[in-house]
Amino acid sequence: MKLKITPIIIILFFLIIFIIFFKGLKNSNIYTPDLNLEKKIPILVYKSFENNTEIVSEKIFNKKRFYLMNIWASWCIPCREEHVFLMKLKKDQKVELIGLNYKDNITNAKKFLKELGNPYKKVFTDVDGISSISWGAYGVPESFLIYENKIIKRYIGPIKYENFIEIEKIIK
Amino acid sequence: MRFTTIYLLIGFLLNINFSYANEIQTENKIAKNLRCLICQGQSVHDSDSEFAISLKLVIRNKIEEGMSEKQIYSFLKKKYGEWILYDPVLNRNTYFLWLLPLLIFLAGGAIIIKKFYIRK
Repeated sequence: MKLKITPIIIILFFLIIFIIFFKGLKNSNIYTPDLNLEKKIPILVYKSFENNTEIVSEKIFNKKRFYLMNIWASWCIPCREEHVFLMKLKKDQKVELIGLNYKDNITNAKKFLKELGNPYKKVFTDVDGISSISWGAYGVPESFLIYENKIIKRYIGPIKYENFIEIEKIIK
Repeated sequence: MRFTTIYLLIGFLLNINFSYANEIQTENKIAKNLRCLICQGQSVHDSDSEFAISLKLVIRNKIEEGMSEKQIYSFLKKKYGEWILYDPVLNRNTYFLWLLPLLIFLAGGAIIIKKFYIRK
């Protein structure tokens, strides 16, 4: 009797392990960031893009309205893709676009805005990437939709047409 | 006699940059325990991506500000989520991971006890 039970248990054991690993194989192992992280916007001192004057974040996001904080760089190719939608959002009076220029050469960045148009009301520089880390950003491009000092939506990567529609819906 | 002087000299030389070396050591240790989120299979310490370079700068600043290792981890966890830490935290999702070795250990112990002690 005992001889029969042991092989069955062993086979069952390996079968269970096989099933676990087989199911695990199908799981995607690409990390999708947790989008429900800290909601409050970080308090920072930003340097202005035009004349290097320092501005506290409380003075930037102070009005009771929507803000779209966009991290961009002239060397970033996906930023060119999303630029069309940023220009469209600029026309919307309900949202104010704030740009954060990430690890960029100032002359190149100015050229970029001259070429494609400047959708931002204010632009700030992030020379060493430290401000972006405070925002919990991964790189460029990345956008944060802000209302009353809280991040309500976060877009990692370029803003696509669907995202643009979504933003328009939220603003309304 | 000569031995002790040499010994003292070496000890003295090793002690000169002690605090500075310590700071770099903790910085490296923290960076090694963090996952570079935009590279695959690399720690922040190993990576040379823009993200990792900035993160190393942030770690250095925080150490200079006097933050402890744990405070830095919790600061980054707040910003980027638990995934940035290599060591998984004990929670609902990781119970199985943490308790399985313990369970196997207990089961093994039970088998041994049964085999050698209870038979008598």
